[in-house]
Amino acid sequence: MRISTLLYTCKQGFKNIFRNKMFSLATIATIAACVFLFGIFYAIVVNVQQSVRAAESSVAVTVFFDEGLSQEQIMLIGDEISKRPEVASVVFVSAEEAWDSFKVDYLGEYADGYEGDNPLEGSENYEIYMNDVSKQSSLVSYLETIDGIREINRSDATANILSNINTVISYVSLAIIGILLAVSLFLISNTVAMGIAVRREEIAIMKLIGAKDFVVRSPFVIEGILIGLIGAALPLIALYFIYSNLILYVKDEFAVLDDILKFMSIEDFFSRLIPIALILGVGLGFLGSMFTVHRHLRV
Amino acid sequence: MISLESVSKSYANGVPALNDVNLNIEKGEFVFIVGDSGSGKSTLIKLLLRELTPTSGRIIVNDYDLSRLSRRKIAKFRRSIGVVFQDFRLLKDRNVYENVAFAQRVIEVPTRQIKQNVPAMLSLVGLAGKYKAKTRQLSGGEQQRVALARALVNNPPILLADEPTGNLDPRNSWEIMKLLEEINKRGTTVLVVTHNREIVNAMRKRVITIRKGVVVSDEEKGEYIDED
Ligand SMILES: Nc1ncnc2c1ncn2[C@@H]1O[C@H](COP(=O)(O)OP(=O)(O)OP(=O)(O)O)[C@@H](O)[C@H]1O
Ligand SMILES: [Mg+2]
Repeated sequence: MRISTLLYTCKQGFKNIFRNKMFSLATIATIAACVFLFGIFYAIVVNVQQSVRAAESSVAVTVFFDEGLSQEQIMLIGDEISKRPEVASVVFVSAEEAWDSFKVDYLGEYADGYEGDNPLEGSENYEIYMNDVSKQSSLVSYLETIDGIREINRSDATANILSNINTVISYVSLAIIGILLAVSLFLISNTVAMGIAVRREEIAIMKLIGAKDFVVRSPFVIEGILIGLIGAALPLIALYFIYSNLILYVKDEFAVLDDILKFMSIEDFFSRLIPIALILGVGLGFLGSMFTVHRHLRV
Repeated sequence: MISLESVSKSYANGVPALNDVNLNIEKGEFVFIVGDSGSGKSTLIKLLLRELTPTSGRIIVNDYDLSRLSRRKIAKFRRSIGVVFQDFRLLKDRNVYENVAFAQRVIEVPTRQIKQNVPAMLSLVGLAGKYKAKTRQLSGGEQQRVALARALVNNPPILLADEPTGNLDPRNSWEIMKLLEEINKRGTTVLVVTHNREIVNAMRKRVITIRKGVVVSDEEKGEYIDED
């Protein structure tokens, strides 16, 4: 293809957007609505998941040792536990550390009277953090088989709630993605039908004076891609403002929730959302225009 | 250049528009096609462009056997033909210049050359001053001349014109006919469908008369024959 044909094609694609303003606006609005809904949904999923993961990582199984176990034996047990796949990290807490944090948490300034001796003698332990809290039971039954372990403290309730939330999120995600896809397809096919009516005659004329399919199709495809880009960019801008303001609003007004809700930073969120949104918008625009033109090339 | 062997065409609703037509038109000829409204003249033009395919029979245009044309060859074939459609078929949301230039884009003429050819063609058909006008804002006669400029700009070996003067006053009609004759003298084979008795009788060209889908007369230096 000649350079001048290529330039002409791009220029026509650009001009097409303005030739059928109503159609362009309708398509941009459709794509923007799809991307916007997707963005909102994505923000919810990502942040809930992040909060759940943060909560998960603070759930620990604590193990205490038989009296008189040597430091080496304790270290051996620690090594064995870290080898398990569901274990994220194993932290050793000495009796002194356990007492120190107990004092801070429960006694405050009244701790002075205990100066000198440690009432929690023999309470050194491992705090075991997990990748996946739903595996807690299997970890505990493994720990029960290890010699030298006196006691295992587990937090069943929290672990169950968290793993239930995870399951619910994945089902709800699937359902919403399905609904969104169906809605997008419905909207796009409507706009495409409208485009077909507008373009039928024009495409026929081009073909009758000898234009190749490629020459007829290219400007429409470029138009579709441009419309897809605009349709993705607009909701991205809107989502940026909504997201950043929402974070500030929740932090200000609902300080209580701050511990539970771990918002993803706006940079992280958008570095994930932008590529997905652009692919979604451009893909919808591209497919829509290919489909519109294809049906009319047989003249 | 153009040959039809027992060509018939019926539309989907059963209307027979052409019935067993045999024709031979040589390279360089100037031919008038005449006949009453509904006799099948436009159907003939559409068959020659392969906008329609015949129900039976064989059509050969410019060495292309139209029944055996692959999809890709259709575009190539159509570029060898300039057409003025009875209903013009201009791109409505583009201006006069772009409509004519599009025919050149299609055969990949460099932009620099298009910028010379199109204005020259437009002044030939008397539309030099209107090149920026959107075609839907033009009068019927002006649209007809844009369609003619588009058909001629690529200098095609064959020109099919379906009533190219239907919307023009006598003076403009004569000018356009003279232009077609001029183009024919330079070697283009020209087929003109017309209702203009005065011009047909004055120009003394080959005249093919169609009546109800049948060729009823085909004469060199012929005259416009009335139905009676
Ligand atoms: N798309 C179509 N579907 C069905 N019938 C059609 C179609 N186009 C044309 N016809 C019929 O075929 C016959 C021939 O039509 P055609 O357009 O070839 O006539 P014409 O000689 O060009 O007439 P005019 O001088 O009015 O332009 C007419 O009876 C017409 O009604
Ligand atoms: Mg006709």
